[in-house]
Amino acid sequence: MSKNFPAAAFAKLQEQAQKEWARLREKPLILIGAATCGRAAGALSLLKDVKNELAKLKLDANVLEVGCMGHCYAEPIMVIHNEGLPAICYGYVTEGVGARIVRDFLTEGDPCVEFALAALEPNDMFPTFADFPRGVYENKVVLEQCGFIDPQNIDHYISTGGYTALTKALEMPPEEIITTIKDSGLRGRGGAGFPTGIKWQTCRNAPGTTKYVICNADEGDPGAFMDRTILESNPHLMVEGLAIAARAVGAGKGYVYIRAEYPLAVERVALAIEQARVKGLLGDNILGSNYSLDIEIFQGSGAFVCGEESALIASMEGQPGIPRHRPPFPAEAGLWGQPTIINNVKTLSYVPHIIKNGADWFTGIGSGENPGTAIFALAGKVINTGLAEVPMSTTLNELINEVGSGIAGGKKLKAVQIGGPSGGCLPESAMDTPIDFDSLTQAGAMMGSGGMVVLDEDDCMVEIARFFLDFTQQESCGKCTFCRLGTKHMLDILERITKGQGKPEDIDTLTGLAAKVKAGSLCSLGKTAPNPVLSTLKYFREEYEAHINEGRCPAKMCKELIAYYILPDKCERSCDACVGSCPVEAIHDNEDRIKVIDQEKCVKCDSCTMACPPQYKAVVKLSPPHLVLEKDKEYKEGKQKWQQ
Amino acid sequence: MKITEEEKKLAIETTRRLLETYNDNQGNVIPVLQQVQNKLGYVPAVAMEEVAAHFHIPSVDVYGIITFYNQFRLTPPGKHQVKICMGTACHMRGAHIIQESWERRLNIKLGETTKDREYSLERVACVGCCTMAPVVVINDEIHGKITPTRVDGLIFANQLDNQKAKEGAAPNE
Repeated sequence: MSKNFPAAAFAKLQEQAQKEWARLREKPLILIGAATCGRAAGALSLLKDVKNELAKLKLDANVLEVGCMGHCYAEPIMVIHNEGLPAICYGYVTEGVGARIVRDFLTEGDPCVEFALAALEPNDMFPTFADFPRGVYENKVVLEQCGFIDPQNIDHYISTGGYTALTKALEMPPEEIITTIKDSGLRGRGGAGFPTGIKWQTCRNAPGTTKYVICNADEGDPGAFMDRTILESNPHLMVEGLAIAARAVGAGKGYVYIRAEYPLAVERVALAIEQARVKGLLGDNILGSNYSLDIEIFQGSGAFVCGEESALIASMEGQPGIPRHRPPFPAEAGLWGQPTIINNVKTLSYVPHIIKNGADWFTGIGSGENPGTAIFALAGKVINTGLAEVPMSTTLNELINEVGSGIAGGKKLKAVQIGGPSGGCLPESAMDTPIDFDSLTQAGAMMGSGGMVVLDEDDCMVEIARFFLDFTQQESCGKCTFCRLGTKHMLDILERITKGQGKPEDIDTLTGLAAKVKAGSLCSLGKTAPNPVLSTLKYFREEYEAHINEGRCPAKMCKELIAYYILPDKCERSCDACVGSCPVEAIHDNEDRIKVIDQEKCVKCDSCTMACPPQYKAVVKLSPPHLVLEKDKEYKEGKQKWQQ
Repeated sequence: MKITEEEKKLAIETTRRLLETYNDNQGNVIPVLQQVQNKLGYVPAVAMEEVAAHFHIPSVDVYGIITFYNQFRLTPPGKHQVKICMGTACHMRGAHIIQESWERRLNIKLGETTKDREYSLERVACVGCCTMAPVVVINDEIHGKITPTRVDGLIFANQLDNQKAKEGAAPNE
């Protein structure tokens, strides 16, 4: 067989794809971000609106449903490529706005700059994303094409350089692929940061001819959504990475394990696999080489612990997802007892880029032991929520204040929760910590899968510790006693504390239990479950003490420890916005026509705070709740004085 | 909640038809159960027995799998399956308040179905729309930035739809 055969076969595919790509640009091109986040903001109705408008005006344009480009704060997002002007990206395209932009731009040539976020190509007129602070720090590798190509069209992926790495890998000896990955220093992006090359080598060296490669897309960490975005926006990148990994270790079968909560991702990946098969990029004799690979999807069933590799395998074998002791590691004995490598979506998505650009290119990004980029899902109280890809070792401060544009509503940053239920909360004083596997572990958090939830002064640290423990306690598979019962006891204590029934000895009991749960658990779920408690205890001990000793929640979040109160001197007599908003009719007028909350009826739903017009801001939370009585007394006394 | 004889019959038939396309390799157990749930909306005991017989495993093992994974339901869902996202971002932005609003409005607790089987209420761990927090998924539609008043609005909109459908069915009244 000719050695150049894959390259020749691929050149044909590429030519075809580029033609298709060029054809797309003959007409104005409209892209609409319709990943799950966009859909939640109404992208599908925007799509309908735009299509209706085009039909109404009898305009000819290509409309594409694309993925997410990471600027989730501005969803729904629309991009228009029109002749003569650089491509412009519009944000917050709500109902009616989309149709208007299309009409004005395509018929009158008015680009409606008032709705534009930025241009996509450098030009003399508009700033591009690179001109914003976010653009300075961002270095998109994996996310580069997300939101700019149609995830349901393989030709778009191919014409932007896709599958060249697979073609190259087919011509490389497998050992050389592994060496390249080893040299690149790529570490698993699933959380633990294990060197990918070593994992692959172990699997390659393991005896046996039946081997498997599994892509772990069971993104269970609450607060992380980058795997979902990659699979919804550019599924072929992961498929290509998976194929290269399979080729490197000599596996003939690949699986993608996707969690049930991501129906759109399942759909997109299934389509991607099918398209790759049709083009001869998967299946028997890929691109005419003697290598064959097939990929199948396995849907998870909603168990967090299945993100752990041995539990994931158990679940694929039709068992409850309960982790087992390692070694033997799956790379030696995994699915059905055969050598298996399991890599995270992000890890596999780096692979094509490394093969294409070489190991040196990858080590040039990031720092020393932590090469490459890190993808973070910014959520919580930060202004620019969304996905950001920055070089490893960028500091937290840069990520939150520059990329994320700081805290919303002029509030003060209190802490950053990194790494989901296995991670920890870092306080403001740790904001100079570089974000990489080693520095974060040292600081008491964890890289995890990259979920980052920013917390401000209104967030209670005891409550967030309770939240995570509630999660891990429910998701514990029950195999190890300490994880099963220890987390339950810790949760009970935390629940008592958030209800104001804490005892002074609780903090010591929590620390003791945490150490035992860590020591007595088999898998990382139990080993890391106490982290949120330990890190909040370390940095925010005074909040625990306020709850226990004073029955006060400093952040005014714990429901049992707060009361809603309407400030009489701020309440406007002629306004009754709050009265209508109350779902339980707890707000009424007093004899002075000032609104008063009936504390017996109040369910603390926060509706009145939201309803109170911003010029009054009369509704406040008080903690501890008995302050309401004092305030009432104060009001009555003040009134008496004034009447005398 | 009582499952009627007809529902049982339907469940058995559906499960049998699905099982015809699968061999008895144990790796197929979960995919089959997922299919059953897709078709019926839940996995009743009779369906579990069918599946167990097909794969030559004890029924209790199938029950073990069903109860281990959060995705599976043992009771029929409502016509509108309301899933409240309980991810970190949603939690910090008041998912518990949203949960209480639904519970109060529908007069059911989490995990229950209303008597008329119109609504069922569940929680899910993070649907990955953290930037839109708090999020509620109704059937397959995702609603972001929910407030207690939005909850009222969603229920009201559904009532209107039902009413319209009723009037549409009897146009001359």
